Amino acid sequence: MNSLAQPAKWEKVLWPLLAGAVFLAGWHFSVKYSGSKIFPSPVDVQKGVAELLRKGVLWGYIVDSLRRVGVGFSLAALLGIPAGLILGWYPAAGQVVNPVIQMLRPISPIAWIPLSIVWFGVGDAAAIYLIFLGAFFPIVVASMNGVRNVPSMFRRAGRNFGLKPAQLLAKVVFPAALPQIIMGLRIALGIAWLVVVAAEMIAVDSGLGYLVIDARNSGKRYDLVVAAMLLIGLIGLMLDIAFRRLEKLKSVRWGFRLEA
Amino acid sequence: MAQAFKTKLRAEGISMVFKRDGNSTSVLDNISLDVGDGEFLCLLGPSGCGKSTLLNTMAGFLSPTGGEVRIDGEVVTGPDPRRIFVFQERGVFPWLTVEGNIGFGLFKLSRGERERRIAHYIKLVGLQGFEKAYPQELSGGMKQRLEVARALAVNPDTLYLDEPFGALDSITRLIMRGELLRIWEAERKTIIFVTHDIEEAVQLADRVVVMSARPARIQQIVEIDIPHPRDISSPRYLELRDGIFEQIGLAHKI
Repeated sequence: MNSLAQPAKWEKVLWPLLAGAVFLAGWHFSVKYSGSKIFPSPVDVQKGVAELLRKGVLWGYIVDSLRRVGVGFSLAALLGIPAGLILGWYPAAGQVVNPVIQMLRPISPIAWIPLSIVWFGVGDAAAIYLIFLGAFFPIVVASMNGVRNVPSMFRRAGRNFGLKPAQLLAKVVFPAALPQIIMGLRIALGIAWLVVVAAEMIAVDSGLGYLVIDARNSGKRYDLVVAAMLLIGLIGLMLDIAFRRLEKLKSVRWGFRLEA
Repeated sequence: MAQAFKTKLRAEGISMVFKRDGNSTSVLDNISLDVGDGEFLCLLGPSGCGKSTLLNTMAGFLSPTGGEVRIDGEVVTGPDPRRIFVFQERGVFPWLTVEGNIGFGLFKLSRGERERRIAHYIKLVGLQGFEKAYPQELSGGMKQRLEVARALAVNPDTLYLDEPFGALDSITRLIMRGELLRIWEAERKTIIFVTHDIEEAVQLADRVVVMSARPARIQQIVEIDIPHPRDISSPRYLELRDGIFEQIGLAHKI
């Protein structure tokens, strides 16, 4: 087999499965031979998940986490895309606002926790606000850069066909920037999923992040801690896979060079 | 030219000076030129001589620092759907299908009229069967034909083509020249075509405007008095071509 050969279908399934099995085996035996009293084995974790399902709290937690991410991320997209388009469209506005954005952007949403609790109290609103903050800046920056990177040829062609500025933005600049905007949304969704866990550890009493901290605080149940961690990873992966399907749409696929 | 010369576009004393970092570069120097209605005119010159800049001022994308361009007597102040600029094939919109691209400039028309025009121009440029295809699924030559169709669909009276076939392979380029002549003969637009390829200019144009290196001046205007289809091994063709080679200061021996 050379590097240009397409992997067969069974290979695409087999190798990840094999890697997963090796990982689980490595985990199992390292727990077993180290004699760790704290770190759970894969079997303990599996039992923990079963226990959570039996108690009927797991689905509720998953839905709560997804709901918070859904609301916070949607708000960020709803405000961030238009804001980015405007900042990219009016370079003067971009120059004024960009330094502020670039300064706020590196502040971890976690650092906003005290203020968000002051403003929104302990509860959903505070968690959603943190997710919004985490997702908003990458969306604004991606949309702004997307507009700036639209080849001048496309704008000129649009003007040549008699488009007014608003039409030019809607019919040329936005679709031309859309692949970059989608990339920004995808990054933002990943961040939102990171932030929800942190937010739920502090601001609320449900969700997967709450499960992690609650399992530790109420009886040092590290089997449940690791179970929650794995679920967070798995759901994050599924969100990303679902989002990547957007990149396959024909009207944006031209913007993604690395085809799977 | 068989028909009487009726001026479509008149460039009067066009000069262009670019200022950058305190240096000023003169790109166009006092260019005056009349282009006839329905004429196929080639602007020929070495790379970087300013012929694209001249084309951009004629299209209204750039304002000349001196002189003015008039079309049908009106001073050109900006781009206009009555005259469409065709880029190399990269100008097609990758987010729209073939149909979507051709219909792009037709947003003011009724749905029926728009569909009729789209169908007409898909046929004219031979893209039947690719109506729903996206540009990335097309070859370079097909994309170029798509861009020409998008331009023609709005029924402009002038087309500006800026080295439109420059990115195509030599066989496709030859085919595209034939296609463009066929379309030009069917639609009789005024065409101003920028190229650095002497053969291309002599094969296509009614007149070839030979330009000097920067700052561009008109060195000579050569009338190509050979009827289409042109025999590119005829003595007259070779004579005109060699004349331009000499004018540019090239002996064509390798």
